[in-house]
Amino acid sequence: MANVVIPDAVLVKNYMGGDEGSLSVLIKRHQSKIYGFIYSKVSDRDIADDIFQDTFIKVIKTLKSQSYNEEGKFLPWVMRISHNLIVDHFRRNKKMPMYRETEEFSIFSIMSDNSPNIESQIITEQVESDLQRLIEELPADQKEVLQMRMYQDLSFKEIADLTGVSINTALGRMRYALMNLRKVIDKNKIILTN
Amino acid sequence: MAKLYSKTQPEQVTMLPKKETVEFLLSYSRALTMVRTENGIYENIAN
Repeated sequence: MANVVIPDAVLVKNYMGGDEGSLSVLIKRHQSKIYGFIYSKVSDRDIADDIFQDTFIKVIKTLKSQSYNEEGKFLPWVMRISHNLIVDHFRRNKKMPMYRETEEFSIFSIMSDNSPNIESQIITEQVESDLQRLIEELPADQKEVLQMRMYQDLSFKEIADLTGVSINTALGRMRYALMNLRKVIDKNKIILTN
Repeated sequence: MAKLYSKTQPEQVTMLPKKETVEFLLSYSRALTMVRTENGIYENIAN
């Protein structure tokens, strides 16, 4: 009995009619060519498998939704889908390249975590707390200007308007506030750096 | 008789996807139904 090769067009029509076995035949018939094509572009088996899978998911969805027009070009159509997915893969990879760790290369050699660790956080909190205590020791007018400038981020014009003094006076109070802070810090040998 | 030398052809490796990938696709196809309505096409995956 001669083996009858059912054309792709017939298999596609049967599959669209509900015959799941036809899909199996189609995949087995063309998997080598399609997978080989994908692998030749991406040179990675895992990625090639992913793209192969995505290709056929699109094929399945299109056929099942009866959106496919059979023109005897099933394989070129599938190859075009896989080609477009390969392009998408390279575009994505360009934006966010994937690095695989090896013995010679560790991802942490190019990535660093700049967020402060818990020790730095504690020290920063302590420094801020100490600084606030020192500011409390300043004369009221100097403390007011310093707090408005540093903590409320007001301009000297705004500080002058709010406190009812001239800009020069506000500037002067700020200058004296900083001088007095430095004197206290130096006198008591306080360390306020992280 | 002269020796015959011939270049050995490199073995042609047939590239194939993983068996699991193909099995997944076939299972996915069996589970998937697409429903056309006037609002669009809906996918339904039966577990």
